[in-house]
Amino acid sequence: MRDTEPPLNQTQKLRLQRALELLESLSSVTNSNASVTVADTIPVNQEDGVLKGHGTTELEGEVVATVCGVIERVNKLVYVRTLRARYKPEVGDIIVGRVIEVAPKRWRLEINFSQDAVLMLSSMNLPDGIQRRRTAVDELNMRSIFEDDDVICAEVRDFMRDGSLQLQARSQKYGKLERGQMLTISPYLIKRRKQHFHHLDQYGIDLILGCNGFIWVGEHVETKDNMIEDEPVKPDPQNDKSKTSMSLEEEEEETYTPFETRQNICRIANAIRVLSTLGFSITIDVILDVVDLSSSKGIDIHEMLGAEFYVLVAEREAERRNSSTRRKR
Amino acid sequence: MEYVSPEGLRLDGRRPMEMRQLRAEIGAVSGADGSAIFEMGNTKVIAAVYGPREVQHRSQLNNDKALIRCEYTMANFSTGDRTRKPKGDRRSTEISLVIRQTMEACILTHLMPRSQIDIFVQVLQADGGTRSACINAATLALADAGIPMRDLVTSCSSGYLNSTPLLDLNYVEDSAGGPDVTVGILPKLDKVTLLQMDAKLPMDIFENVMQLATEGCKAVANYIREVLIQNTKQLENRHADQLSLSLFRKLLLYGFCSWRIIKFLEKDVEEET
Repeated sequence: MRDTEPPLNQTQKLRLQRALELLESLSSVTNSNASVTVADTIPVNQEDGVLKGHGTTELEGEVVATVCGVIERVNKLVYVRTLRARYKPEVGDIIVGRVIEVAPKRWRLEINFSQDAVLMLSSMNLPDGIQRRRTAVDELNMRSIFEDDDVICAEVRDFMRDGSLQLQARSQKYGKLERGQMLTISPYLIKRRKQHFHHLDQYGIDLILGCNGFIWVGEHVETKDNMIEDEPVKPDPQNDKSKTSMSLEEEEEETYTPFETRQNICRIANAIRVLSTLGFSITIDVILDVVDLSSSKGIDIHEMLGAEFYVLVAEREAERRNSSTRRKR
Repeated sequence: MEYVSPEGLRLDGRRPMEMRQLRAEIGAVSGADGSAIFEMGNTKVIAAVYGPREVQHRSQLNNDKALIRCEYTMANFSTGDRTRKPKGDRRSTEISLVIRQTMEACILTHLMPRSQIDIFVQVLQADGGTRSACINAATLALADAGIPMRDLVTSCSSGYLNSTPLLDLNYVEDSAGGPDVTVGILPKLDKVTLLQMDAKLPMDIFENVMQLATEGCKAVANYIREVLIQNTKQLENRHADQLSLSLFRKLLLYGFCSWRIIKFLEKDVEEET
């Protein structure tokens, strides 16, 4: 998904242009003429016996690109890395998705892939935490776990024979995501890392960078191990009334997100939106840097999507990359 | 009526073999996977591509290739007289079909089995040659969506009025009733994927007219390629945070190395770059 640039005035336009030119000069040092478009010939040494990878085809003895992107060479393999395209799953990726259908023994999820992904009832932990065969009762109670339009987090398990995708959620860290917002960005902006779950302690927020370009920003939830938890003690019939009113209040307390946390969620979400509009790669460091920038400049949350902050972030990023390359040299 | 003046100029001041000005913009629709605006003179078209995504109607699912759908519409305000057209009128159904078939010829559908690609094109301003403009816009949008294609399809029209072959007809010339040849080609493969004419022309003249349209297609292809490469470079420049891997590793080493080793490595880097 591509967001459109906010309207800029003349000085902002000039500043943005200067920042982008700096970025261009930085990246053109190393990759010169690696970009190709559809039907461009990729220069290869034919004697080496090249292997044609994704995004290439053979035409009259030449290797030709079939997508727009950047040429990558690994030993003999030549392929084109696409920039803006749908998500290409790999086994073990952590993804965020939305339930679109509850089907027999499975949920269907929208994950920005060319087909819907499948999460089988048997490939996720039940709420009671006991390992056992799934019965017909479990199947009837599927909606108590995930319903339509729920946002959930899972891991890619494997590809099925017809090319569709199977997911699994066999850990406490996977499962339903609540009290936060989901953002949709282009998947090429997110790199595969060791860590995709981030707990930002200072803001009290969980951040999940799904490999499929779906990002979750939500209130921090302690992962509690259901297996240890005891059965709740049955209340005395005498104290029943007071207890129920108590539990109602408690419930309210539990579902209530403090105002400050909600503000933090919005601030981080807007930081990600700005970065994705600019097309910068999104990592936890960059996001936190932008959040710090916005609070240090005293910029309101709603102003973060405006033109001024847009240009500021571009300049900041150009400066950051410039200094980091200089340091390395 | 005189469509070419004795000085050899057309009604809008062009030479017979001159095209209208082209303008293309990628990324016009924020929610779509790929989108583009394409202008040929006063004709302006917007295209949006969604997909490859899950097939909406199970009965249309294809096990070995992607399903391609196309919808062509004209905005009510696109023409001079504001007429309310029903959605599925004959003309737009026919053009939808034409665009779908042209695009199907170039998309590598076998790479995306069991999925569906939707192409939506809308004419924002109509001044002749909407068919070609739609095909060009759709190509750009598909390339933007990262959908693998054999080649870029480009299209251009030409006509024959006052016994002169004319390139890229506008609305006035189009409605003169003369022959109107729309050609779509794959420039790299040098193949024709679309050829339409609703009138009669002698063989030798037809060949001239078609040749002219093909030249027009090639000019459009050059422009589209330029736009795409610029867009790709821009995306990559903004995105590329790191130096190329081998160089990066060496640079990373600098932090841990003594000066002598750095000097040695620098020589190595110079050789590489």
